[in-house]
Amino acid sequence: MRVLTKGNIALAEGAIQAGCRYYFGYPITPQNDIPEYLAKHLPRVGGTFIPAESEIASINMILGASAAGARAMTSSSGPGISLMQEGFSYLAGSELPAVIVNIMRIGPGLGGIAPTQGDYNQAVHGGGHGDYHNIVLAPASCQEMFDLTIKAFELADKYRNPAMILADAMVGQFQEPCRLTPKEPVVIPEKPWALTGAMGRPAQLIKSLFLGPGEMEIHNLDLKKKYDTMEQNEVMYETRHLDDADIMIIAFGTPSRIAKTAIQFLRQEGVRAGLLRPITLFPFPSKAIHEYSQRIKKILVVEMNTGQMLRDVQLACHNGTRVYFYGRPGGGIPYPDDIMAQVKKLL
Amino acid sequence: MQAVFTRPKTLKDTPTHFCPGCTHGIAHRIVAEVIDELGIREKTIGIPGVGCCVFLYKYLDIDVLEAPHGRAPACATGMKRVLPDRIIFAYQGDGDMAAIGTSEVIHAANRGENITVIYINNSVYGMTGGQMAPTTLLGQQTTTTPYGRNFRSEGYPIRMAEMLATLEGVAYSARVALHKPKYVMQAKKAVEKAFMMQINEMGFSVVEMLSTCNTNWRVSPTEAIDKLENEMIPYFPLGVFKERTGKDFL
Repeated sequence: MRVLTKGNIALAEGAIQAGCRYYFGYPITPQNDIPEYLAKHLPRVGGTFIPAESEIASINMILGASAAGARAMTSSSGPGISLMQEGFSYLAGSELPAVIVNIMRIGPGLGGIAPTQGDYNQAVHGGGHGDYHNIVLAPASCQEMFDLTIKAFELADKYRNPAMILADAMVGQFQEPCRLTPKEPVVIPEKPWALTGAMGRPAQLIKSLFLGPGEMEIHNLDLKKKYDTMEQNEVMYETRHLDDADIMIIAFGTPSRIAKTAIQFLRQEGVRAGLLRPITLFPFPSKAIHEYSQRIKKILVVEMNTGQMLRDVQLACHNGTRVYFYGRPGGGIPYPDDIMAQVKKLL
Repeated sequence: MQAVFTRPKTLKDTPTHFCPGCTHGIAHRIVAEVIDELGIREKTIGIPGVGCCVFLYKYLDIDVLEAPHGRAPACATGMKRVLPDRIIFAYQGDGDMAAIGTSEVIHAANRGENITVIYINNSVYGMTGGQMAPTTLLGQQTTTTPYGRNFRSEGYPIRMAEMLATLEGVAYSARVALHKPKYVMQAKKAVEKAFMMQINEMGFSVVEMLSTCNTNWRVSPTEAIDKLENEMIPYFPLGVFKERTGKDFL
């Protein structure tokens, strides 16, 4: 059965069904539906909701809950996500799983609350200090807000690494029919590393401080191996009409939905355009883009920012591929006509 | 032969890295003895902050989570909500708790989180080389107050135990000192009381421990003891500022 559901609510319900019983957060628009839903529904399933005093406190409560072995989540936007970056770095360094939701706001500064994708670089290329990566999932529909949240908990636990849902406010705020039951049964793995008190076992330690000569280099290289494994095994993307395409549009989140409409109209006019939509932004579908770019020599990257994923696409492309960009920052949303016009200019 | 004094089981048999004269080791021993005496070693989890306090994990034979600077009370909150029957304590210095972490400790205390905070106040940032902390005394020279702390530009030393005692969620708040045997005995009683508050689910408990940092005070260990007695205690009075006697939640 499908239910008409708002993206943020689908995400919050996905978290509950993923076995998340701990949510800590601080209000900020446009993600307030998530804490409000969880404040209401977590107590019903024996969970805990804490309206934290700040985003810094939220992410550190997550650190504590995660170290105790629980599935825990926080959500925020813009400045709030910036405040949490220290925590992401500690989670990655301490190898602790957590799910963080960023329903993006416009920036820099206090910015605005219209749909945008200005946090791609912050989410995908660090944000916090040190040599680490978040796992970053980019839903483009209400159904994916539900499904990818469950997936985020699964990946976070599998790799003991923070996983972020990176969505624009359009995906968070619009309503679509949505299946609110998991595709597969949720399995929460054993966590023998968790801190539960040294009952009948040696004391355990979770830390990110390695002061001994060479210790931190070993730790960094171990983390790198983990990120390499993610790149081998966890890349997700969707393609449409690429088999015969002369031009490939690459977009994630809301622009990918608009691009699909544009491609439909373009094809009616005989223009062979196709789409590659990254679902995981880290690990990024570089290999797939590289392979497609051997045949499709024109690529249009469409983002709601001034060109952030663009750099990753350029790095992934085969030599000789031309990469173009169409971006609408600051809350501007491209219309299908805009994308069609951009494509036609390139042919 | 009967052994009348032994190393607490919770205290690891390992060389110390603390400077000679530092009273951190006494704080560790007090916590270890109380954990042993209450029989809670296998259900206790320690959460040190950043600074000299972080090396708690080298000395206590318990599960330990290292918290980001100032955030131990938030980490302890998250952990305690997952494991309400474990004994969770944060272990923080004054730079950690009274400066960067004031927000986290105040709100954990105000929520009445059933956790304990052991707070080491030595009036400087120790590990980073003796910079001014919010607890640095007026006139005290540090590497960042080379002419002495002046209230006109750096304000006044902050009294955390008194401030936290004003919050409804706090079950126990005390200040003790570690520089002489008499005070060490009192300090141990305070730590025991704080842990008992948690065991009895009374709410937030905090023990502020006045501690020496002879290295960064640029004095000998014995001079540091005198300094603590003659300069710190007059500004940071010892005592119990709040003690709940029943589950008197509002």
